[in-house]
Amino acid sequence: MSDLRTGEIHVPILARVEGEGALDIRIRDGHIDELHLRIFEPPRLFEKLLEGRPVQDVIDSVARICGICPVAYQMSAVAAIESIFNFTPTPWVQAMRRVMYCGEWIQSHSLHVHLLAAPDFLGFNSAPAMAKQFPLEVRRGLRLQGIGNDIIRTFGGRSVHPVGVRPGGFFRAPDAAAMATLRQKIHESLNEARDLIVWVATLPIPEDDQDFTSVSLRQNGEYPITGGRIVSDRGLDIAIEEYEQHFREFQVPYSTALHALLDDQPYLVGPLARLNNNYAYLPADLRQLIEATGIRFPSRNMFHSILARAIEIYYALSESLRLTENYDARTTPYVEPVQCAGIGYGCTEAPRGILWHRYALDEQGHVLNAQIVPPTSQNQARMEEDLKTSLTRFGLDQPDDALRLHGEMVIRNYDPCISCATHFLDFRAARQ
Amino acid sequence: MNNSIPHAALRSTHRPRVAVHKFSSCDGCQLAFLNLGEPLLALAETVDILHFAEAGPIDEDAVVDIAFVEGSVATSKDAARLKQIRENSRYVITIGACATAGGIQALRNMHDSGEWIAGIYAQPEYLDLLPESRPIASIIKVDLELWGCPVNGEQVLGVTKALLTGHLPRVDHSAVCMECKRQNVVCVMVSQGKPCMGPVTQTGCGAICPKMQRDCYACYGPAVQANVSALSTYFAATGMPAREVAQRLLFINSQTEPFTSVGIHWQNKTSAAPNTNPGINPKTSLGAEQ
Repeated sequence: MSDLRTGEIHVPILARVEGEGALDIRIRDGHIDELHLRIFEPPRLFEKLLEGRPVQDVIDSVARICGICPVAYQMSAVAAIESIFNFTPTPWVQAMRRVMYCGEWIQSHSLHVHLLAAPDFLGFNSAPAMAKQFPLEVRRGLRLQGIGNDIIRTFGGRSVHPVGVRPGGFFRAPDAAAMATLRQKIHESLNEARDLIVWVATLPIPEDDQDFTSVSLRQNGEYPITGGRIVSDRGLDIAIEEYEQHFREFQVPYSTALHALLDDQPYLVGPLARLNNNYAYLPADLRQLIEATGIRFPSRNMFHSILARAIEIYYALSESLRLTENYDARTTPYVEPVQCAGIGYGCTEAPRGILWHRYALDEQGHVLNAQIVPPTSQNQARMEEDLKTSLTRFGLDQPDDALRLHGEMVIRNYDPCISCATHFLDFRAARQ
Repeated sequence: MNNSIPHAALRSTHRPRVAVHKFSSCDGCQLAFLNLGEPLLALAETVDILHFAEAGPIDEDAVVDIAFVEGSVATSKDAARLKQIRENSRYVITIGACATAGGIQALRNMHDSGEWIAGIYAQPEYLDLLPESRPIASIIKVDLELWGCPVNGEQVLGVTKALLTGHLPRVDHSAVCMECKRQNVVCVMVSQGKPCMGPVTQTGCGAICPKMQRDCYACYGPAVQANVSALSTYFAATGMPAREVAQRLLFINSQTEPFTSVGIHWQNKTSAAPNTNPGINPKTSLGAEQ
């Protein structure tokens, strides 16, 4: 089966990604001449089911696009809605939304690093299997994931499909005792998060530098989370309203997720792109810690994504502490916006990259139409480009199982959330 | 429902075998397992998890004692897959609103889904999507349904532990109102006039919305003996437009009775006599919010 010129590989469903998909490769004369990342998660038609719905329903509905990053969906939606109402949330609301969003980064990144990605680097097929040899590391990861969930729960009642966000702010402000307990837990986890960065930096990370464009938000001199302008490391710097003039979404026959290109080229969104574009905005102590690992950012190696996630976990924990330092529970949790008709945009940094929403509302605040561009759709073209390069470098004459595993690792660097886009990996290589 | 397990399968010589299958969904109910923390490792020590793609193990056709199923029936291949799962599994447990009632995506069942698809995809012919999103029980026999969007860790651990000790668990189908009373949560409908769905929605969530000072939006599906028509008539009597009454019922669990028929009743009123102001102006809702 490992003959380079003929044969076919068929491996069912890609493990440890969120959703269903497959990879088809056609190899001719030792080169990949066709590569398709197929996503076949059935679409759920959210953009249509939102039509006619009031704005609170939008916030509660879009959470259901993704169980792993519901907060991101809610935040992009509420930002778009508030922009239509010409409403700027209070500084308290802006700060607390950032904290809640940090919770989702911590939860999602910890889950990805420990349950999805790290087993690859250490040669296990699952985290419970890895836990037998690395019990402290896996438990540390689960604890960090738990802290992320605690933060979300504090603001939203539960960590999956939380219920706290509304136009104008939050339904209720967490009480002082709950916040004190949460802050204590976050504070205690900082050392673990620091150890995580050091540990991840020592994993056997493959060398695989490639040329790609990093796209992220840039947010007023802060590390970007809840808004900002869309920038790239190749000079793009646009308002989120200008997205459609530079980015193009289109359908391919083999995938239920739409693809997207920036000026007709693939591009990267997500933790590595964010870090590449915003390294300078990290606190000095964290930059020192990163520099001590010997790994430099910006990085052109997608396998550094796991380290980028560990770094962002630490950042999100310290940012949550900073923003809640003088927490006042007696604040007004929301101000009722005055509803009006219009078109608005929201773009925030989901754990997997920029998440762009556009809504048109009528006078009653009902949705006329909606458009949502999730990060996994945006990364699809880049994933295919990456796979072509990295599998070729890895060696197309390698055994099928080795090729499949390497392909899966490459794909997992992107932490594709196929439920948003749409799940994985059925791997087929045809050799001719 | 027979509460005892006739065969001692789960206490037999092999370790209990578990699978978690995914259909059309957001993956949020699988997170009820992945967010367990330490108990997840304990569970992995107690049972053999043979298929759980998101967590790593893949063996779609594994013969198991308990199969958890997330997601709704949405493609032409799902029915055959489900029949195989039923054949391979002693107990099939659905987790969440999608698997149990079709999910939020079942809102398309009430519309021209062809038109919806064409509204998003330039080439609908590339897609394998059934016009309706349907619950798992529409295709195969389901032994226990766990409601919720999403289900939580206590629910899935509770079921697993109960089955491991040899009985099907008793699920509380009483209303969220009962949970509010148990937790001393002040009623948001009585005290603030909010249009809370708690009286007709089953508990399990911990009454998180009323605790958050907001009205329940029925993500756990209908409670036992829910008087949905009385509650919706009450909403309308307080000035809520028919359209909004319909939307309260036709949301996360739109394809489950009595939400469906009562919801359609109010929806028809909307189209028969279009309200001149069908909006969600807080003044027309139950009580102003500020």
